[in-house]
Amino acid sequence: MTDDVSDELDRNRRHFLTVATVVVGGAGVVAATIPFIASLKPSARAQALGAPVEVPVGNLEPGEMVRVMWRVRLVFVLRRDEEMLARLESTTALLRDPESAVAEQQPEFAVNQYRSLRPEYLVVEGSCTHLGCAPLPEFQVGPADDWYGGFFCPCHGSRFDLAGRVYKGVPAPTNLRVPPYRFIREDVIMIGSDTGTA
Amino acid sequence: MARVESELGTRRAAFMKWIDDRFPFTETMRYHITEYYASKNFNWWYIFGVLAMVVLVIQIVSGIFLTMNYKPSAEEAFASVEYIMRDVEWGWLIRYMHSTGASFFFIVVYLHMFRAMLYGSYQKPRELIWIIGMLIFFVLFAEAFAGYLLPWGQMSYWGAQVIISLFGAIPGIGETLVEWIRGDYAISDITLNRFFALHVILLPLAFIALVFLHIVALHHVGSNNPDGIDIKEHKDPDGKPLDGVAFHPYHTSKDLVGIIVFLMIFSAVIFFAPDMGGYFLEHANFEPANTMATPEHIAPVWYFTPFYAILRAVPDKLWGAVLMGAAVLLPVFLPWLDRSRVRSIRYRGWIYKLALTLFVISFVTLGWLGLQPAEGVYVLLARIFSIIYFAYFLLMPYYTTIDKTKPVPDRVVYHG
Repeated sequence: MTDDVSDELDRNRRHFLTVATVVVGGAGVVAATIPFIASLKPSARAQALGAPVEVPVGNLEPGEMVRVMWRVRLVFVLRRDEEMLARLESTTALLRDPESAVAEQQPEFAVNQYRSLRPEYLVVEGSCTHLGCAPLPEFQVGPADDWYGGFFCPCHGSRFDLAGRVYKGVPAPTNLRVPPYRFIREDVIMIGSDTGTA
Repeated sequence: MARVESELGTRRAAFMKWIDDRFPFTETMRYHITEYYASKNFNWWYIFGVLAMVVLVIQIVSGIFLTMNYKPSAEEAFASVEYIMRDVEWGWLIRYMHSTGASFFFIVVYLHMFRAMLYGSYQKPRELIWIIGMLIFFVLFAEAFAGYLLPWGQMSYWGAQVIISLFGAIPGIGETLVEWIRGDYAISDITLNRFFALHVILLPLAFIALVFLHIVALHHVGSNNPDGIDIKEHKDPDGKPLDGVAFHPYHTSKDLVGIIVFLMIFSAVIFFAPDMGGYFLEHANFEPANTMATPEHIAPVWYFTPFYAILRAVPDKLWGAVLMGAAVLLPVFLPWLDRSRVRSIRYRGWIYKLALTLFVISFVTLGWLGLQPAEGVYVLLARIFSIIYFAYFLLMPYYTTIDKTKPVPDRVVYHG
C-alpha cells in the first residue's frame, strides 16, 4: 500500500461524480415530493363524502326550487312549470351556447333544449361558471327587456336562463354545470350517479 | 473607582473577544447598524421600511397569541374567533391588532413601494432589492388572502371561492389545479385547515427569509436618497460618506419618532374604528360562512381592490385573470422599463411627473372601483383606468427616454 496522496485532479472522475450525484439526488428529491403533493388532493374521506345524494322531489310545487349539497357543492333542483318551459324558446337568440355544445358542462343525456333528463326537472350546480359564486334565482320575467327568468350571479353580473344556459356578453364562459343524476324512483332523484350502481 | 471601571472594561473586552472569535458579533453590528451609513437628507418617505418591520413584529406576536385560542375547522372557526373576542381576556385587543395590522401592513408597504417609485430606488444597482421586495409583496398577498379565510365568515368563504376559482381559468389543467388547491370539490373544512398551515407556517417563514435577504441586499449596495445620487462618491479621509450618517444612533432615533406617531394612529384605529366602517373588516364577515348563499355584494378587502377592479373590467374569464396577474407582476420589471438615467423625481422632467401622477390616480380610483358593484359606468371607468395603469408600465421605456431631465447635484440637498 502506498501512502502518498496525489495532488493531481482527475477532472473526468469529478465531473462524473458530480453529475451522478445530482441525477440520483434529484430523482430522490422528485420522488420525495410526490407524497407531499399528492397529500393535498381530495382525501379518501372527502371523496367518500362526495357520494351520491338522494333528493325527494315529489312534494316540489311547479315553479319551486330546492338547494341541496352534493360533494360540498351547491345543487339547484327546480321543478319548471309549462309556462317556464315555454319561455326557454324566447331566450335562444340571447345565449352563448343554446345547444349545450360544451361537452364537459353536462352529461350526454342533458344535451337538449331543457338541459335535463325530464323537461320538468332542472338539476344544475349552483356555482357560477365564472368564479364560483352562487347565482340567485330570479324566475320572474323582466324588468330588463331580455330577461325571461333564470339565475343571476350577484358577484359579477353573469346571467343564465331557466335551463342554466349562459347569456352572451357576461363574464361566465359556459352554461351552469349539470351534475350526473338519475331518477331512482318516480319522485326521487339521485345526484352524483347516472350509472346502474348506487 | 476608576480602577474598578477599567477592570470591568477589560473583562467586557475579553468577553467580547471570546464571542467575536466564535461569532462575528461586533463585525455584524458595525456592518449593519453602527457603521451603516445612510443619507442624512432622508425625508419622511423613508420611514415606511422601518414601519413595515414594526407591523411584521406586531403581526407575528398577535398571530402567535391568536393561534392559542383559534380552531382551524369549519365547525368551530367562526365560534372560536367570537370566543376570542368575547371570552378571552384582552382577546378583542389581540384580534383587532392582527386584523387592523393586516390593513396597516398594506398601507405601509404601498407607501414604501411608492417611495421607491418617487426616488427611483429600484434603478441600478438596486434591482435585486426591488425584486426581493416584490416577492415579499406577493407573499404578503398570499398571507393576507389565506388569513382572511380563517374567521370562516361569509366574505372569507366566498372571497376564497372567487379567488381560487381564478386558477380554473387556466386552460386544460385549471379544474384539476383548483381541486388540488382546495383539497375538496369546493371550499371546505379541508381548505380551511391547509390555509391555516400556510398562514401560520409556510408563508411567515418565507416572509422572514425574504425580509432578511431584502436587508442584506440593501446594506450591500447602500440606501438610496431623495436626490437619487450615490453618497459613496464623496467620502471623508476615514472612508465614511460625507453625506451619510450612521444608522445607529442617528437614523434609529429619528425612526423612533416615526414609530411612536405610527403606533398612536394604529392604536386609535384599534380602539375607535377596528372595522374602519367595513373597509378593514367587511360587514358580511360577521356572519358565519353559508355555503348555500353568496352575499348580495361581494368585494375583497380594500388592499386587493385595484387588481380586482382590473379583473372585473375584462368581460372574459381567462383574459380577466391574465390581465389581473399581469397587473400584479408588471412592477417587477420596473428597473428595466425605466430608461431614465435620473433616479429621483426631483430631477425628472414633466413627462415622468405626469405619468406617475396618472398612475397614482388610476391605482387609487381602481381601488375604489373594486369596491363598487360591477355595472354601468363603474365598468367603463374601470376599463379606462386599467388602460392608464398598464400604459404607465408599458410605455415607460419610451417616455422615460424622451423626458427632459434636470442636472443632478453632486451632493445631497435639503428641501421639500
